[in-house]
Amino acid sequence: MHVGMLLQMAADGMGERVALGSRTDGTTVAELAARARRAGTILADMPGERVALIDLNSEAVPIALFGAALAGKPFVPINYRLTDEQLRDLVARTAPATVITGEGVADRLGTIPGVELLERKEFLERTVDPSVAEADPYGGDPDSVAVLLYTSGTTGAPKAAVLRNRNLTSYVISTVEFAGAGEDEAAIVSVPPYHIAGISSVLSSTYSGRRVVHVETFEPHVWVDLVRAEAVTHAMVVPTMLNRILDVIAEDGGGLPSLRSLSYGGGPMPLSVIERAMALLPGAGFVNAYGLTETASTIALLGPDDHRRAHASDDPAVRTRLASVGRPLPTVEVVVRGASGTALGPGQRGEIWVRGEQVAGEYEGQGGGSDDGWFNTRDEGHLDDEGYLFVHGRLDDVIVRGGENLSPGEIETVLLAHPSVAAAAVVGIPDPEWGEKVVAAVVPAGGAEIDEDELRAFVRAALRSTRTPERIEVRADLPFNETGKLLRRVLREELAIRFG
Amino acid sequence: MAVELKPGARFRSAVCEAEVVVIKAPADPVDLQSGGHPMVPIGDEPPTGLSAVPGYDDGAQIGKRYTDGTDALELLCSKGGTSSLSVGAELLVLKDAKPLPSSD
Repeated sequence: MHVGMLLQMAADGMGERVALGSRTDGTTVAELAARARRAGTILADMPGERVALIDLNSEAVPIALFGAALAGKPFVPINYRLTDEQLRDLVARTAPATVITGEGVADRLGTIPGVELLERKEFLERTVDPSVAEADPYGGDPDSVAVLLYTSGTTGAPKAAVLRNRNLTSYVISTVEFAGAGEDEAAIVSVPPYHIAGISSVLSSTYSGRRVVHVETFEPHVWVDLVRAEAVTHAMVVPTMLNRILDVIAEDGGGLPSLRSLSYGGGPMPLSVIERAMALLPGAGFVNAYGLTETASTIALLGPDDHRRAHASDDPAVRTRLASVGRPLPTVEVVVRGASGTALGPGQRGEIWVRGEQVAGEYEGQGGGSDDGWFNTRDEGHLDDEGYLFVHGRLDDVIVRGGENLSPGEIETVLLAHPSVAAAAVVGIPDPEWGEKVVAAVVPAGGAEIDEDELRAFVRAALRSTRTPERIEVRADLPFNETGKLLRRVLREELAIRFG
Repeated sequence: MAVELKPGARFRSAVCEAEVVVIKAPADPVDLQSGGHPMVPIGDEPPTGLSAVPGYDDGAQIGKRYTDGTDALELLCSKGGTSSLSVGAELLVLKDAKPLPSSD
């Protein structure tokens, strides 16, 4: 299938519903489809083989995403927060292309060979011009590339993940019921357009018939105000957003009465934050979603019932599932493999591999990691005896100390269990004797005093002494990127200077 | 008339508005019908003057997935219509899909 069909079906089946903006004067699904079809014509006529977008969230994102698909050109949303040099590098890699630009972006790019700029405002104006022909709504080859996403590159140079039309549509039709959203439902989208969750939210909301309210760029007060003003029922947040949202509602006491579903993902979420959220938002169902760019979004989820059951249980094996990412989607297979490639049993840690129609696992210029359809997530994890998946962190982040492989996630979990610790990160830094040594950085909870030796003893009591950080830095914050990913490379460099 | 189906291929009814897209296809050719008449690949001109055979006029619903009861064939109805989908004489059934909580 082609993503164009998702939109055309929505236009046929529920064209009068509001797709974007406020209930009273938003853009209907039928209008969105017409504008996307005009965008298909406009973008097909523009030079270049791709359509990039460097902008904040707005209605231009869904129109350009569907429009590029109908034009038969990959859509390439790029992170506007990069430095000017990084931005120009990525745009040059994307050429030949037309780039839809937000405010101030054209000046930052200058002239790049093979790149034509189109301002968002002008692009949007042309999509409401009835004299522009409407492109065929169904699109072409399901095998064609719909989206290229540059992975965040927290450990190296960004790679372009390739998502084909068939990957994205199979994710949507296997996880979302067509027109399944109630007419009163609305989703708030605050993840940036260059994040996979920004792409999947456009497709899922369109297909389910759920109205979308965009936040240009995340700010907790703006987010809370908009949820209340627009009676938002569904939200998705990345880890760094949730605690800041909770701070706002704890302070003003207003709650979020309209919110029915709060989904979180994109990185490990401290258990203390989830428990705080469940207490502050008693009316909301919580969903923990695990997925990667390369898997076209969610591949496993912990649903509202799982959350409630785990939260209420006295059985440690059930309670600990609150820290899991739930069970794989029915359409996705997950296995945990050991170093030799053999499948491991419950409780055994290894590499998480996935397979399914939505799994792309392909990078530009490198082809697919074809292993009978299996994709190595490079995440370390284990399954429990009922199939709940626990993710421990990136394998690339594993610390090798004196020949022993140590998982930072395991040590971070222990640090986070200490009442004085709000955030924690563990990295390996070069060491002449051991190859690498374990060091940590922690952020104190609400003005708590942290004693380094006491905290080290706390870890040693829970884990082996080789896993105890040799040094722990207490600091005001950790380096996260704007989508909630810890920048381990940055932290490693800082701690190497401090403790090396 | 059995034809080979490929995922992504689209067909329309010869008797009503219904259209389908193939999600999953068996290796062997399939005699795909709507209203008791062969479905036509999108782009081909459908025959005129046909009407649904009694017993094959229960409709197909937009957005619903249909199967032949095995796991090999799955269609998505991309445009609703008044006649029923079948493989040969055998009516297709709605795929039983449990709704998942929204994660995006």
